[in-house]
Amino acid sequence: MATSSERSPPPFPDSEDQDVLDTEEVRGRDSDEDEDLFGSPSTSPVTGMDTTLTSDVSMKPPSDIMNDPLIEPMSSQTENKPASEPSDDFFDLTNNVSVVAAAATKSDDFVDILGSETGAQRGEVVKADVTVEATIDKSEVTAGITDPLSQQEAKQTSTAPVIDLSGDSQPVTSKIANPLVDLFSDAPPAAEAKKPSSANVDLFDDEEGSDIFAEPLQTKPAKQLQKSLFGEPDEDVFGEPLGAISKKPVPKEQKEKSVTTKVTAGGPLQDSKPANIFSQAAASTPSVTSTVNSKSNGVHSEEEGDIFAAEATVELSLDSPRNERKKEAIAKPSAPTPTSLPAAASLTKPQPPALEELEEEEEEEEEDKFDIFVSVKDPEKIGDGMNAYMAYKVSTQTTLPMFRNKTFTVRRRFSDFLGLYEKLSEKHGPNGFIVPPPPEKSLLGMTKVKVGKEDSSSTDFVERRRGALERYLQRVVNHPSLLQDPDVREFLEREELPRAVSTQALSGAGFLKMINKATDAVSKMTIKMNESDVWFEEKLQEVESADQQFRKLHALVESLVVHRKELSLNTASFAKSAAMLGSAEDNTALSRALSQLAEVEDKMEQLHQEQAANDTFTFAEMIADYIRLLGAVRGSFDHRMKAWQRWQDAQSMLQKKRETEAKLLWANKPDKLQLAKEEIAEWWVELHRWGAGRGVGRDGRIALAAWC
Amino acid sequence: MMAFSSLRSVSVDLNHDASLLIDIPDALCERDKVKFTVHTKTTLSSFQKPDFSVPRQHEDFIWLHDTLVETEDYAGLIIPPAPPKPDFDSPREKMHKLGEGEATMTKEEYTKMKQELEAEYLAVFKKTVQVHEIFLQRLSSHPVLSKDRNFQIFLEYDQDLSVRRKNAKEMFGGFFKNMVKSADEVLISGVKEVDDFFEQEKTFLLDYYSKIKDSTAKAEKMTRAHKNIADDYIHISATLNSLAADDMTANKNLNIILSLQKVEGRVASDQDLKLTELLRYYMRDIQAAKDLLYRRARALADYENSNKALDKARLKSKDIPQAEEHQRQCLQKFDKLSESGKKELTSFKGRRVVAFRKNFIEMAELEIKHAKNSVTLLQGCIELLKSN
Repeated sequence: MATSSERSPPPFPDSEDQDVLDTEEVRGRDSDEDEDLFGSPSTSPVTGMDTTLTSDVSMKPPSDIMNDPLIEPMSSQTENKPASEPSDDFFDLTNNVSVVAAAATKSDDFVDILGSETGAQRGEVVKADVTVEATIDKSEVTAGITDPLSQQEAKQTSTAPVIDLSGDSQPVTSKIANPLVDLFSDAPPAAEAKKPSSANVDLFDDEEGSDIFAEPLQTKPAKQLQKSLFGEPDEDVFGEPLGAISKKPVPKEQKEKSVTTKVTAGGPLQDSKPANIFSQAAASTPSVTSTVNSKSNGVHSEEEGDIFAAEATVELSLDSPRNERKKEAIAKPSAPTPTSLPAAASLTKPQPPALEELEEEEEEEEEDKFDIFVSVKDPEKIGDGMNAYMAYKVSTQTTLPMFRNKTFTVRRRFSDFLGLYEKLSEKHGPNGFIVPPPPEKSLLGMTKVKVGKEDSSSTDFVERRRGALERYLQRVVNHPSLLQDPDVREFLEREELPRAVSTQALSGAGFLKMINKATDAVSKMTIKMNESDVWFEEKLQEVESADQQFRKLHALVESLVVHRKELSLNTASFAKSAAMLGSAEDNTALSRALSQLAEVEDKMEQLHQEQAANDTFTFAEMIADYIRLLGAVRGSFDHRMKAWQRWQDAQSMLQKKRETEAKLLWANKPDKLQLAKEEIAEWWVELHRWGAGRGVGRDGRIALAAWC
Repeated sequence: MMAFSSLRSVSVDLNHDASLLIDIPDALCERDKVKFTVHTKTTLSSFQKPDFSVPRQHEDFIWLHDTLVETEDYAGLIIPPAPPKPDFDSPREKMHKLGEGEATMTKEEYTKMKQELEAEYLAVFKKTVQVHEIFLQRLSSHPVLSKDRNFQIFLEYDQDLSVRRKNAKEMFGGFFKNMVKSADEVLISGVKEVDDFFEQEKTFLLDYYSKIKDSTAKAEKMTRAHKNIADDYIHISATLNSLAADDMTANKNLNIILSLQKVEGRVASDQDLKLTELLRYYMRDIQAAKDLLYRRARALADYENSNKALDKARLKSKDIPQAEEHQRQCLQKFDKLSESGKKELTSFKGRRVVAFRKNFIEMAELEIKHAKNSVTLLQGCIELLKSN
């Protein structure tokens, strides 16, 4: 598992090299490894297959796909290549399209065509049971090829089949096969290029040679071919677990395999996409050979790729039992990145987005890769009386391509900020992300503002809140996954937002929230989780103690501010009395000295006041922020614990069901056996669902690590 | 018990002739009693030895002051104000509180707080010694008072003076006397002033007194607030310290805050020493000057009363010489008082200006020093953080 993920980055240096290499060389390599890939799985036991698969699949696909795009658009952009190579075909596909369309509008048309393709493919899905995988491939491939916009669609289609697949599939056997199927279904996009002999080739040949998808009949046989191909390993694996009977090893192996598939899936998805971008870019800028140009292209596609990866993560995590692994696979490489860093750093050649870069980005995005800056300005009171509220100007400056404009400004009220948080925490909290919390509602402070007294405390309050909101938004957009959230984008971009109602403290929703919180607290006490992960145990304690310390520190800083304000007051009164003394003094020199002293003390008073304000805004507020953030961190711990709990439940349930099944088997009651099998399948899914909870934990770990 | 040595006088300009030099090189604190070692160096023949030291207590100083005030001959002089009773209660109380709150604090915090309190205690102690020293120095520098017999006994007698402590009746009597005095002050304030100089001085001093009292109170408050801030810094640095246990980067902040605390604490104590003490001292000094004025006014009233008595006697043609004698005595006394009072007040004014100047300069220098310290500290901090 670990090895696979660790290995996944290396292809990129390779691919770099290959960039310069001839296409033919690449092909040679491809076929070599293809043999490997296929030779080992069929002969060696499942475990062995695992490793080889992992390494090969993960190593190969990226380089392959990446090379091709690179080489193709660069060398022969509008040229139609002979269908000698599957990967070429893949590219020819694009080229074909580009031939058809004008060079400038190439990408658009491209999208269209591919969009329709997906539709066609989906139709196929319905037709052929086993070909589902193939279609998924295709849809994924297409997803890769399509524009960023249509990507999402494509992805949805791709995930949907996956779900279907798992839902449709029958008892244990097919379940076990499932990951395997998946493996292959996912692998092909990556490996398709490498399997000259497989059905995939045919598939693509078809696509290429004829007018893409014009002949569905031809593709069908191809898929059947594929099916038979996949059928072999299926049975193999199937046979093994049955013979072994032991239940546990099977899921494990499966999981491991699914990891590998995911890795590869992640690879091709990310890779094929940028490739598209690249070709797009190439279309628009004919002089691809210039390093600068292609570099910028690389950057572009990098981001795109990242977006894609992130989204895929989010969506998968909602329904796929394997998402946990996938996340791990994605996350883990971030550890070994340092080794691949130099390679990435020394990128002087035009290169499509390499996995390592993506990961590196994921790691470093906290720093400066995310070119987005959000500021909250100009608090303004709108309305009168108790219905009054403060509106803030939210200005965004960004160079990210996901936004339509470089700069834009919207007006948001405080409850909008809270609403955003609600949405985000609902969506991402259970996934183990630390969602940055906004400042709390303050009835007292707001009432003061509402009453409309223009005293210092209310302006103070508004300014404090403004700063807190700004930091909050900045934190949200600096979070790689949260930034991708449509709600965040909407919040930043859209002119009018539907009013967030559930944020009102006294509303029904607020009441509901309170009840939820209470039940959560109770369940938290009842759940006794024997922490298996030392890292988490440690972190939890760390966070707890940090929280305490920060609270203490905050109280202290507050008292410091109070004392400073006192000091400034006292200084002011002393200054006054010194001035009086000066006026009473009859010695002129001394009188002057005294009045000067008074002046100095006056200035000091101002300084003390300023310092008090600074203490509040830069120090106390920051600490308060961190206290809130620590609360969020703890929330993610809670989520993790809950997920763990459910996972445990599911596991014990599954165990029970299996026992029943065994009993039934013993009793030889086939009708009930079927029922039991179905039940087991159900719980198996459930188990995986909550097994994802561990993924939550891992995410939490990543988030925490980033946070620390 | 606590001992310390080699204190130098700070605030008051005194004694430029070397005929009688007094200092308190050593003091010992035993529970509520403070034993001062009064060291005298003299060339005057009225003393048996040129160099000697005697142990004295606070009560002895009070006795000396009281006897000087009560001496009729010195009515026209500004008697230097008696040193205030050493007040170790507040630091002691704080220490007690600290001991109680020990459980709620980290060990480090506790030791820091303790150190701080000890420093405060020492400062109070130092201040106490200093005011006593100043009292003696002022007496010794005064041309008339330095010749006082009681003063010389106070300096020379190497046994315990064993001054009888005031008993309850005397305390009450003193209180009653004060009442009478203030009532009398109000009464004789109606008496018409014959001398413009005194009239002016009186209004000035009254005004000045109220102002300086106000300023003193404010300055005291200010220094207290400053001390609070310094204390806050201690707590914050301690908390940062424990945070730093988890996170190494906070370590540097911690050090900065720690030294900031030191600077802030020093600013507070220096301000207290230089400014507040000065104001406090002059508040007392002005009180003494006011007493002088009171005595003069009293004498004036007496003189006028005797004039009236003389007139009455003349009217009745009875006891004329006696009344004349009394009137003459009163006049004499008043004149003498006026004369010496004038001299005293003028010198007082000069002295005040000089003392203020000196203290202001010292204070400004210290403030500048501290400000520079904290600036370099903060700059170092910024650089450190940037380099990380």
